[in-house]
Amino acid sequence: MGDIKGFLKVKRAPSSYRSVGERLKDYRSVALSRKEGSSIDQASRCMDCGTPFCHWACPIGNYIPEWNDLLFRGEWKKALELLSTTNNLPEVTGRLCPATCEYACVLGINDDSVTIRENELSIIENGFDSNLIRPQPPKNRTGKYVAVIGSGPAGLACADQLNKAGHHVTVFEKDNKIGGILRYGIPDFKLEKRILDRRINIFKKDGIKFLTSTNAGIDYKAGRLLKEFDAICLAGGSRKPRDLNVEGRDLNGIYFAMDYLVQANRLVAGQMIEASDVISARNKKVLVIGGGDTGADCVGTAHRQGAGSVVQIEVLPEPPECRTCDCPWPKYPAILRTSTSHEEGGIRRWSVSTKRFVGENGWVKKVSCSSEGDDFEIEADIVILAIGFVHPEHDILLNELKIEFDTKGNVKTGDDYMTSRKGLFSAGDMRRGQSLIVWAISEGRRSAYNIDKYLTGRSNLPKL
Amino acid sequence: MTMNYAHRPKRQGLYDPAFEHDACGVGFVCDITGKRSNEMIAKGIEVLERLSHRGATGADPKTGDGAGILIQMPHEFFAKVCPGSNIDLPGPGEYGAGLVFLPTGNKDRKLCKDVLYEAAKEEGLEILGWREVPVDDSDIGICAKDTQPAIEQVFIKGNKAIKDALSFERKLYTTRKKAENRIRSLEIDSGSLFYITNISARTLSYKGLLMPDQLGKFFVDLKDSYIKSAITMVHSRYSTNTFPTWDLAQPFRFLAHNGEINTLRGNINWMRAREGLLESGLFGKEIKEIFPAITPGGSDSAAIDNIFELLVLSGRSLEHAMMMLIPNAWEQDKAMSAALKNFYKYHACMMEPWDGPAAISFTDGTKVGAVLDRNGLRPARYMITKDRMVVMASEAGALDIAPEKILASGKIEPGKMLLIDTSLGEIIEGSDIKDKVARSRPYGAWLKENMVEFASLKAKSIKETAIKDISALEKAFGYTREDMKYIIKPMAEKAQEPIGSMGNDTPHAVLSNESNLLFSYFKQLFAQVTNPAIDPIREELVMSLETYLGPEKNLLDETPLHCHKLRMKSPILTNEDLNKIRNISINGFRTKTISLLFGTKKIKDLSKRLDAICHEASGAIKAGYTFIILSDRGVKKGRAAIPSLLALGAVHQRLVKESLRARIGIIIESAEPREVHHLAVLFGYGADCVNPYLAYGAIGELIKEGDLNLSYGSAQDNYIKALEKGILKVLSKMGISTLQSYRGAQIFEALGLSDSVIDKCFTGTPSRIGGIGLRQITAETIKRNEEAYPESGYENLELKTGGLYQWKRDGEFHLWNPQTIAALQDAAWCGDYKKYKEFSKLINDQTSNPCTLRSLLKFKRAKPISLDEVESPESIVKRFATGAMSFGSISKEAHETIAIAMNRLGAKSNTGEGGEDPLRFNNLPDCDSLRSAIKQVASGRFGVTTNYLVNADEIQIKIAQGAKPGEGGQLPGHKVSLTIAKTRYTTPGVTLISPPPHHDIYSIEDLAQLIFDLKNVNPKARISVKLVSEMGVGTVAAGVAKGHAEMILISGGDGGTGASPLSSIKHAGLPWELGLSETHQTLVLNSLRSRVRLQTDGQLRTGRDIAIAALLGADEFGFASAILVILGCVMLRHCHLNNCSVGVATQDEVLRTRFRGRPEYIVNYLRFVVEELREIMASLGIRTVDEMVGRVDLLEPNGSMPALKDKGLDLSRILYKPNKFNVSTTDDITAQDHGIDKVMDLELIRLTKDSLDKAMPVKIELPISNINRTTGAMLSGRICKIHGEDGLPEDTIQCKFRGAAGQSFGAFLTKGVTFSLEGMANDYVGKGISGGKIIIRPDRESDYKAEVNIIIGNTAFYGAISGEAYIRGVSGERFCIRNSGLYAVVEGVGDHGCEYMTGGRVIVLGRTGRNFAAGMSGGIAYIYDKDRLFKDNCNLSMADIENIDAEDEETLRNMLANHLKFTQSPVAGKILHEFRREKKAFVKVMPTEYKRIMKAKMDEYKLELSEVSDG
Repeated sequence: MGDIKGFLKVKRAPSSYRSVGERLKDYRSVALSRKEGSSIDQASRCMDCGTPFCHWACPIGNYIPEWNDLLFRGEWKKALELLSTTNNLPEVTGRLCPATCEYACVLGINDDSVTIRENELSIIENGFDSNLIRPQPPKNRTGKYVAVIGSGPAGLACADQLNKAGHHVTVFEKDNKIGGILRYGIPDFKLEKRILDRRINIFKKDGIKFLTSTNAGIDYKAGRLLKEFDAICLAGGSRKPRDLNVEGRDLNGIYFAMDYLVQANRLVAGQMIEASDVISARNKKVLVIGGGDTGADCVGTAHRQGAGSVVQIEVLPEPPECRTCDCPWPKYPAILRTSTSHEEGGIRRWSVSTKRFVGENGWVKKVSCSSEGDDFEIEADIVILAIGFVHPEHDILLNELKIEFDTKGNVKTGDDYMTSRKGLFSAGDMRRGQSLIVWAISEGRRSAYNIDKYLTGRSNLPKL
Repeated sequence: MTMNYAHRPKRQGLYDPAFEHDACGVGFVCDITGKRSNEMIAKGIEVLERLSHRGATGADPKTGDGAGILIQMPHEFFAKVCPGSNIDLPGPGEYGAGLVFLPTGNKDRKLCKDVLYEAAKEEGLEILGWREVPVDDSDIGICAKDTQPAIEQVFIKGNKAIKDALSFERKLYTTRKKAENRIRSLEIDSGSLFYITNISARTLSYKGLLMPDQLGKFFVDLKDSYIKSAITMVHSRYSTNTFPTWDLAQPFRFLAHNGEINTLRGNINWMRAREGLLESGLFGKEIKEIFPAITPGGSDSAAIDNIFELLVLSGRSLEHAMMMLIPNAWEQDKAMSAALKNFYKYHACMMEPWDGPAAISFTDGTKVGAVLDRNGLRPARYMITKDRMVVMASEAGALDIAPEKILASGKIEPGKMLLIDTSLGEIIEGSDIKDKVARSRPYGAWLKENMVEFASLKAKSIKETAIKDISALEKAFGYTREDMKYIIKPMAEKAQEPIGSMGNDTPHAVLSNESNLLFSYFKQLFAQVTNPAIDPIREELVMSLETYLGPEKNLLDETPLHCHKLRMKSPILTNEDLNKIRNISINGFRTKTISLLFGTKKIKDLSKRLDAICHEASGAIKAGYTFIILSDRGVKKGRAAIPSLLALGAVHQRLVKESLRARIGIIIESAEPREVHHLAVLFGYGADCVNPYLAYGAIGELIKEGDLNLSYGSAQDNYIKALEKGILKVLSKMGISTLQSYRGAQIFEALGLSDSVIDKCFTGTPSRIGGIGLRQITAETIKRNEEAYPESGYENLELKTGGLYQWKRDGEFHLWNPQTIAALQDAAWCGDYKKYKEFSKLINDQTSNPCTLRSLLKFKRAKPISLDEVESPESIVKRFATGAMSFGSISKEAHETIAIAMNRLGAKSNTGEGGEDPLRFNNLPDCDSLRSAIKQVASGRFGVTTNYLVNADEIQIKIAQGAKPGEGGQLPGHKVSLTIAKTRYTTPGVTLISPPPHHDIYSIEDLAQLIFDLKNVNPKARISVKLVSEMGVGTVAAGVAKGHAEMILISGGDGGTGASPLSSIKHAGLPWELGLSETHQTLVLNSLRSRVRLQTDGQLRTGRDIAIAALLGADEFGFASAILVILGCVMLRHCHLNNCSVGVATQDEVLRTRFRGRPEYIVNYLRFVVEELREIMASLGIRTVDEMVGRVDLLEPNGSMPALKDKGLDLSRILYKPNKFNVSTTDDITAQDHGIDKVMDLELIRLTKDSLDKAMPVKIELPISNINRTTGAMLSGRICKIHGEDGLPEDTIQCKFRGAAGQSFGAFLTKGVTFSLEGMANDYVGKGISGGKIIIRPDRESDYKAEVNIIIGNTAFYGAISGEAYIRGVSGERFCIRNSGLYAVVEGVGDHGCEYMTGGRVIVLGRTGRNFAAGMSGGIAYIYDKDRLFKDNCNLSMADIENIDAEDEETLRNMLANHLKFTQSPVAGKILHEFRREKKAFVKVMPTEYKRIMKAKMDEYKLELSEVSDG
């Protein structure tokens, strides 16, 4: 711990963003990167607690106080090394993580918590800037082959870990680019895709094989997978969206958030989309149903597309701004979170339930809603359903592999991440259901540990 | 109650007779001219009787712990009585005689006699006959009577061939040793009842299991007027438990001992080790027959007597032998003569000091003398009379001597000797005796020729082998990131041991799921009660790490070659140092390196290699090597190292058993040791030197990576210095001052090692719950090797996390972890019992992470009862207390919140060390109370005023605390805020040091005295004593119970909320489960259990914890860290940084505002704990806690815990139930008899009745003697009770005494009382004086010079708060230590004067002893330094010597004028008369910090911003 009184001297610096007017004109990152000096100051606020609740609350167990200390001392390289032992994608979590750690920060009990997420980001970005992050292919190969199905955060983390352990890893991705939900679910203004490419290039040089546009189960049959690989990890995410089956649901103009966001991301990436398929919010009245992060991403995207108006509704009541007694520290609280997209405009309404969609000419026009007994209508040219996902898509692969599902429809595994079928593992949303990126990374890592153990009888990989 | 034990009970449960301690009163009287008289015997007996309060009684009030007398052979008497026993006595000196304890059965009795006959015959001696010694046992205790042996005297005649007296003594000695050895090997039932007190032609002893006042009556002989002696040595014993025996009564053959030899285990081992080298022309071949030289089963005193006897009979003089055993602290003594230093240096090559507090008197019938340990920790006063008599005793006034007959009154000084040679009729003074011995041989020349100074060795330029792949090596030896960051780095950076907070909540090594180094299975032992810890910083002058490396020679001889050794200042070797030794080739020194590596392929390889190493080591000795290096260099894939400690232990033990150990030096070259504890264990098990090469490598790494901004050289120096300091501290905790005597002393308890490992490598070390064997140790070692050098797969570049000092997800388990902390806070704050149960489940169920011993236990099934039948919560909660957390360590808000909560519950909160604001003694308007029911008295005595004590329901004497037992503390000046200074009666900003020991408790009888003092001040308060769990705590507790404590707290070694060195938090003290059950069992066996209540604490959290504690024997229960968690603590473990972010453990104004605890939370929590406990009680069918206490039969090992089986643990000793325990209930508690119904204060109170009520002045005159102890304390307590802290107006009560006052004269004397004493006083004068005035001057009839004679004893005015003192005469050691505000004048002081003083003024009108002003942070001392000797005696580390200024002159004049007025001191008169000239002789000792603060204050005062206040 560098400065034991640091937390009394330095205040938490709020994250800084480009101005709304400016950022709405493009899809580039809304967040501004922090200056080195500021990072060091912010790191000095960490108290190096004897019981680091942040480290506890972090699903991947980042050694937060340790690297905060190193950061404070300007030991960037060591900080990076330590960060890299627990996190395969710190540049992603450093940008996108809701930071359960910060809600558990001891300083947060009676002050503003440490800017852990941004500290993480500054360490990793410094690493890239200083060219410290270079491919490190394993010295020896075990001769074992592992297939990882899905290249989202869980798949990537799993692949990276197994590759480090010396296994031959092939990642299967049905889309044409690597990244899964990171690439297609998250708008560029929150995660520029060059960030992802930068990492994937390293992975490739580390020796991980990526097969894109390869739909495992179809392009690469289950039997072949089983034959060619000593172990398989299913990390295909939880993509089956939750639907809203009310009157008028079959009207045109009602989309699932993921359909909307994926397409928007493709467009930003320069992919061509058939004009008739394009969903554009330009000059339209947009209604986003669902008050979560995905909904917020839709709001931001819609604004950038030039939407006429954006309304976001949520069936639950407005959460409080601060913690309440029933959710004491250090739990991750249900409080009002305002994302950068919300700062950019639009209306948010709470406790609103959707009664039916009203259309004209087969296209949606209005949505009937009620809130605390009041009935009203919201005009909408486009409705985006951002109300979560129910479970993974039970596709051909899963069917052919005869995987068992749990009661929620997720892939069922034991504590060792192995499915009902020997040598077949699962990780990420596909296994635990829709969750945070950091959980996906954690799942990927833990499954890798178990796969390594399965393949070699023991594992030196971290258990966490 | 009858004791059916013929002898001490055998080891049972956790009780082990080997743990017994004793301490005592000792004395002698002697006629210097050698004139034998019956009067001298009567006087000796009188001394003995006058010391009886220093002895003790057990459950049976008439059975003492032993008393005895040693006199010159009373030939005249025997000549008279022997014909009656048909013994034909030759002339004096031609026969030896002695008292023999024999079995009472005729057959065994004859058998024993036959053996003795046989032995005598072999020596060419003739047994003349046996005389039945007449005894009158009508008045002795039941217990003594039950075990009373047949007592006879044997008479043995010499032969013509015996040339001189000493040869005859040798023959008698050999006869005795032979007989003892043979009878011991016979193992007859009553074999242990055979005991020869002493057979000699020169001296004779009478002793037995008697009380001092029974001795004279029991032995009818002693009343005979024909029995005469010029020398009478006496001893009264105080043993910690009540299985004292007839044979352990003292004096032994040559000596009587008051104190304790801490290094005994090592001394015994080293004696055993050197028996192979013992030969002597004087004893001839017979010498083998006397082995073992130290008789097994004896006490420490018996052992030192054995060796003293051997040395004397080998031809050394008494004084020479004693100087070998108990050398001065010569290493750093600037004033000592070169000859004497050479003597000690030479003899250090032959024998390690027998270290520990000791006042020993010894005699051979012609000479008689006494000596004190190097630190002067026992009192020994003497008086020389004009009619040529000397009286030496633990107390002054033990014999009434008319004042006008006194020639000199003195005390024996640390390391000094008093010797009277009756054949010459002279007294030989301290330094003369020693110098004479020192010059008897050319030791200096011998040293010059033979001793090699290590520093003078030249290093050969050998290229250092850099460590390849250091990170892998670190992993192979279990290095973690924490080791680097929290251990190595701070040590290398600051040369200090790292500090931590909040105790230990990780699993014991044996229970851990992580891999632990073997070192972690050893727990450091520490001194408590029976001897004092030392302050290794402030009393550094007695400490030494000097090492003499190389083979020893025959102890019974002395030749120049005896000092052929390598002398080194420090036993921690750099790589360069090690290379010097490895390549040494001078003077016949040769070094052999033995590798500790073994192949990891087969699990058996380790144990095979271990045997081979032992073999190689003994082979090396035979091949003429002088040093062996046990080295683990070269670890790599497939080659692991045997744990260095295991290898060392095996080799050391093997060589001790083969009596080869003394011929070789063992050096450890290992990558394993890195922290203080590791090295301490290595030295404790016999390593001579250690080279921790990987730690050096790690330092290099830290520097390379920029973590350390130091040169390698200075970083390594710092690191070594930190280790040295730490090791000195570990030694000092045990009261041991030299590494030489610590080495091999095995001052550890093992926790979790199997008997087979212990027997092979750590013989004699207690390991009470069994544990892992070689197989598991090997497996762990191999596992680490494989992790460091993986076959293939992922390679983690980082070291492991560690997680010992901080909780980490992938580190060691902690019971306080985010989940449990959050759950407890949630439950207590919401007041939700369901949530509490979630919390308690997390703690109670340790199936996957076993952490505590109690987790291995479960409740037996019993017939349940309904919950409403169980004792009410309100009544149970009264048994709860909070731990002693001082206001100072925790914030005012936290401290007061706890007090309010505990008062609401009717439970007890504890002030902790550091006093309490008197404003808190009164209730708040809303009926809450901030008053802590328990007032703690700790070694610093901060804020311990009379008024504080009077306002206690319980007074707790803190002997040790779980986090750092045996250590002192320090509150740095910057933490001493205005409020803290006020409650501690000190100056803001001045550092406050708490010494490691209570300076008025160096032994068990001293504790009894302090209990007596406190009970006098506040007769209504319960007196409790806080101990920390370790082996032997049960016997200590028995002693404490006999010292009249009413409650004993057994603290777990894991507890502790304050700051302390990490090595102490982790490695000192044992879990309360062991300590509590040992204590309960021992007290039950002693029939003392009903006299005291037992409390336990240390990581108690849940109702289950409480239930188990109760079943193991606790009546009451303490909580600390859980309470802090409830008040918001989230285990930052930053208490030591004053930086607690939640405002709990800080004094920072800003942070304190963040405190958010509330009393209700604590109330909620404790009610929940009670509720859970009640549920358990109901399920066990128990109605009340009283019924529950000690019911271990309701517990059993929890078979479903894998740790029990996998690790070979055996809890049966914890679950042992002594069969005699009749269930303890509160009703049958026997009240302790404090004896305060007989004190003089009762009369004082009666005589001052009007003053007490109406403040009317009164004058009283009374005689006083040494049995009048603690005079004034009860009176003062009464005054405070009525008038509060302000007491009475000055001089309202004036008492004049005449005589020799007993201990603690004027203790806690309060405002308005003036004590004036004509005569002299003993130890602890004016202890804790709170505003009173004490005047002491020699008797008006005496004519000796007061200014050069001792008038008061040791440790006077300890913890003085305020008041005045005028002492005309010289005081003993430690005058005015921890003085907060007393103004005192004295005419000379012993060593360590004004130590730890924080305020007040002291004038010394004469010489001071050494180490004056050590740790003095406040106040001013003025020394009349006429002969300019003071500078060398002053410890200048915290204070400067300055000239006096005008203000000082004023102070001096005033105080000296008073001194003259009250004592008529001629010295003061002369100085005042010529003040202008005499003032130049004064210097002042000014603490540097105090000066700075006073100056700042003065400046402020001048600005009228604040007013000056000083203590």
